[in-house]
Amino acid sequence: MTALRLHRKLDPIWASDPGFRGWFTTVNNNDIGKIFLMTATAFFVIGGILAMLIRAQLATPESAFMGPAVYNQVFTMHGTIMMFLFAIPFFEALTVYLLPGMLGTRDLAFPRLSSYGFWCYFIGSSTMVVALVLGVAPQGGWFMYPPLSSTIGSPGIPADIWLLGISFVEVSAISAAVEVVVTVLRYRAAGMSLDKMPIFAWYMLVVAVMILTAFPPMILGSLLLELERAFGMPFFQVDSGGDALLWQHLFWLFGHPEVYIIFLPAAGAVSTILPVMARTTLLGYGWVVAAAVSLAVLSFGLWVHHMYTTGIPHMGLAFFSAASTLVAVPVGVQIFGWIGTLWKGRPQMHLPMLWIMGFFVTFVIGGLTGVMIAVVPFDWQVHDTHFIVAHLHYVLVGGFVFPMIAAIYYWLPVFSGRKRFFRMGETAFWLAVPGFHVTFLAVHWAGLLGQRRRTDSYDPGQGWEVINLIASIGSFVMAIGFALVIVDVAINALIASRGRRNPWGAGTLEWATALPSPSYNIASIPVVDSRYPMHTDPDLPNRIARGEGFLGEPIRNRRETLAVSTARGDPLQVVVFPQNSVVPFVMAVVTSVIFIAPIFKLYWLMFVAAFGVMVLSMRWVWVLGSRHDEGALDAGRGVSLPSASEVADPPGWWGSLFLLLADAVLFGSALFGYAFLWTVAPNWPPPAYLQPGVAGPALALGGAALALAGPRLAERRLRGGDTPYAGLVLGAAGLGALMAACVMVMRALPDPSAHAYDATVWVLSGYVLFHAGLAAIMAGFVMARGRAGFLSPRRFGELRVVRLWADYAVLTGLIALAAIYLPGLGT
Amino acid sequence: MIARLWWVMLAGSVAIFALVMVLLALAFRKPAGPSGEAADQRRERVWIMGLGIGFSLAVLGALLVWGLAAGERLLPRPAPDLVTVRAEARQWAWDFGYADAPDRVTRNVLHIPAGRPVDVEITATDVIHSFWVPRLAGKLDAIPGHVNTLRIEAWEPGEYAGVSAEFSGTGYRDHVFTVIAHDPAGWDDFIAREAP
Repeated sequence: MTALRLHRKLDPIWASDPGFRGWFTTVNNNDIGKIFLMTATAFFVIGGILAMLIRAQLATPESAFMGPAVYNQVFTMHGTIMMFLFAIPFFEALTVYLLPGMLGTRDLAFPRLSSYGFWCYFIGSSTMVVALVLGVAPQGGWFMYPPLSSTIGSPGIPADIWLLGISFVEVSAISAAVEVVVTVLRYRAAGMSLDKMPIFAWYMLVVAVMILTAFPPMILGSLLLELERAFGMPFFQVDSGGDALLWQHLFWLFGHPEVYIIFLPAAGAVSTILPVMARTTLLGYGWVVAAAVSLAVLSFGLWVHHMYTTGIPHMGLAFFSAASTLVAVPVGVQIFGWIGTLWKGRPQMHLPMLWIMGFFVTFVIGGLTGVMIAVVPFDWQVHDTHFIVAHLHYVLVGGFVFPMIAAIYYWLPVFSGRKRFFRMGETAFWLAVPGFHVTFLAVHWAGLLGQRRRTDSYDPGQGWEVINLIASIGSFVMAIGFALVIVDVAINALIASRGRRNPWGAGTLEWATALPSPSYNIASIPVVDSRYPMHTDPDLPNRIARGEGFLGEPIRNRRETLAVSTARGDPLQVVVFPQNSVVPFVMAVVTSVIFIAPIFKLYWLMFVAAFGVMVLSMRWVWVLGSRHDEGALDAGRGVSLPSASEVADPPGWWGSLFLLLADAVLFGSALFGYAFLWTVAPNWPPPAYLQPGVAGPALALGGAALALAGPRLAERRLRGGDTPYAGLVLGAAGLGALMAACVMVMRALPDPSAHAYDATVWVLSGYVLFHAGLAAIMAGFVMARGRAGFLSPRRFGELRVVRLWADYAVLTGLIALAAIYLPGLGT
Repeated sequence: MIARLWWVMLAGSVAIFALVMVLLALAFRKPAGPSGEAADQRRERVWIMGLGIGFSLAVLGALLVWGLAAGERLLPRPAPDLVTVRAEARQWAWDFGYADAPDRVTRNVLHIPAGRPVDVEITATDVIHSFWVPRLAGKLDAIPGHVNTLRIEAWEPGEYAGVSAEFSGTGYRDHVFTVIAHDPAGWDDFIAREAP
């Protein structure tokens, strides 16, 4: 088949709906990636404008431009927007766009989830901007320490907007992370074993797992603080057995990995771009992967370095100080690995390379000041001064923004199909990077002279005037530079002339197709036998386009791609992707009501919306699967594979597995909070512990046994040619008994606002109630699917999904109830 | 002493920064090296094991040990002539109490004797604040329900500016206080004085 004929067959199958409607129904990673990128850029602009307001305010002493009430909103929103609404969404957007092409597959694992995640982000972050315009933006600083952020320090709705708005945006981050993990592990070109993956995919796999393990503590913290604000459950109020420090632990358990979550995608971009610009391959691929993994692991061991001044014992500080300096080693490995790569090749100073040089200069300084503040006595002096502000901007701007600009220029041909023609980018670089250094070198200096962060103005005569004026002038030069970058990218993307395929001579598969990448991303799924298939096999693009890879002929006229084995990349299944759908958009809108209604204390509306989300998720899942057995499908190249609805581990099972990983971290964080309050909070123990009695534990154990056995029985009966319903009913009954045990606990402690102990028990039993209920609903839903003909002895994968969720509910339920019952036994 | 820590760290950082920049610049000056498996393995040994792991570990290890030792020296130790005071922060004021004069509370002014070690027991009544007198010691947080102890010592009698160093809302900027270090006579006088 000729390339053009294949394109004409594939494109109608994969194309999004035309016109305005298409914006809301598209599930294509190219479309979503692009609007995601543009939205994130818009938030970079908004955050940047706030930054300019801050520098205008601080340019002169005793400034009357903004009062503290406004200034506090401005700096809180600057930090919040840059961290949550720009940095994370921006690299997610880039990943959504690039990953399928790089991996040689046709879309991300869950196309509708990409759309849902984007709309959650869009609605949540727009809400926060509306709050800013209306003057009710949060004002407690981006890390929102209680009690200042609780009802004592922040009456009214601003803090609620932060807690609920950010939690909502994190739904999007978790969605994207699940999607990226499953895509990288299961959806690749044939033969692309883990050690042949593009390095960027490795980095994004690490980042996605980090998101799944780092965001839950923060989501839990926000939930607890919102419960305290709304219902007086005193998690952070010391008088009732809470402790303000609990928030700091939960927040920085998220907040430190967050820094590496932002840095690693940028490092992945550098590891991809830099070797291409040096016309060589990355030095020490295995070492770089190992460095990224160890960075991720270590980053979870150093959250306390944000809390050196909270009075933690010096031995504890020694441990965290050691971990904080140790984390510089894998960073060093990457930096020297990159320089070694440059020595190995013939580096050329194209524009992406120029920005990478900006990254080197800036990030190395940021890393060195980072090591300085990991030294405890030094941090005691500079903590909460402008020195910290300067350090974090060196790390985040140098370590994220500059490499991301390099990435945008490098991949611009993939987005637009055009080659860069207008040469504003170089001018922009020479404004932004020197402007940045003038600004933040000065800010370091102000911090060393004792200027505190977050003060709206300062008195003259302390030697800070000239420094701040220099910083402000530098910052405006930098802002002009960034503005020029945006203009330059926009006009080059829109009106520059068409370019040729693979202009940089790169080795990875995103350059193997026509540019910009078509709706189906890759015309057929190639067999890959090296890390740089475009280098080892120059004819590969033509053979892909002629349909000589897997699934090269769309005989079944539906959206199909290949699922491969995780380690070796052997083809395993033919996955059928869903059609364009407005359900993700509608569901995001309804989900937003869950998060927005509590701001106005409309709890009934919140429950109505939650019910709506449940109904919509059923609608979402209903269209998947098949009502008849398809048997072995022709996958091209003479290979026959089963459809993904006729295997034990369908995509939904993989997605559930990683969603439950995040869920388990949330649960673990709740247990950590319980143990922390128990041991550290001053007003413990509570007046009385719950007495478990006999009925509750018996119900829980009996229910657990049934809930474990039911889904297993159902699967055995179905695969033996029988109906699965008895097993599912049994499982649902078991889950019901587990729920009853939780209700008994809550009835025994009727007032969750009495003491942090009561509040914690409510949260734990509420958690179990929710998960057991969810698994029971899933059991009922699968029964309905069975009645509608979606189950057969070959199509039993959905039962595995139910079993996974039921097992999880039982496991966490037993642990939570044990933690609730045990203290009462001892008294 | 923290000042010396700073100057040493600054000098070290400048040296490391210069090294990285020189290596980076040389990459653009020199011709491409030999290719092949053996050459790459040699490069990995030099760049990754040598510079990335070996060099980083050596520098960081030395700094860590030195920093921790410096931190140990700053910790409160039993001292015969120790004075204990109490600092209680609220939005937006500081109340100071004195173990030697239990009825005495001073607002926004802390009196201490010069030349003697002073333990400041720091707490807060509403939100989190932080006690910081830059010329006397590092900062330590004032957290409701917790008491953190900071050792300070003023060598010379005189006035020292103190600030709260944890953001606490609209009055944060002016949440400041003064430490007055007395000579021995002045301190005795302060303790003996009737409460106002």
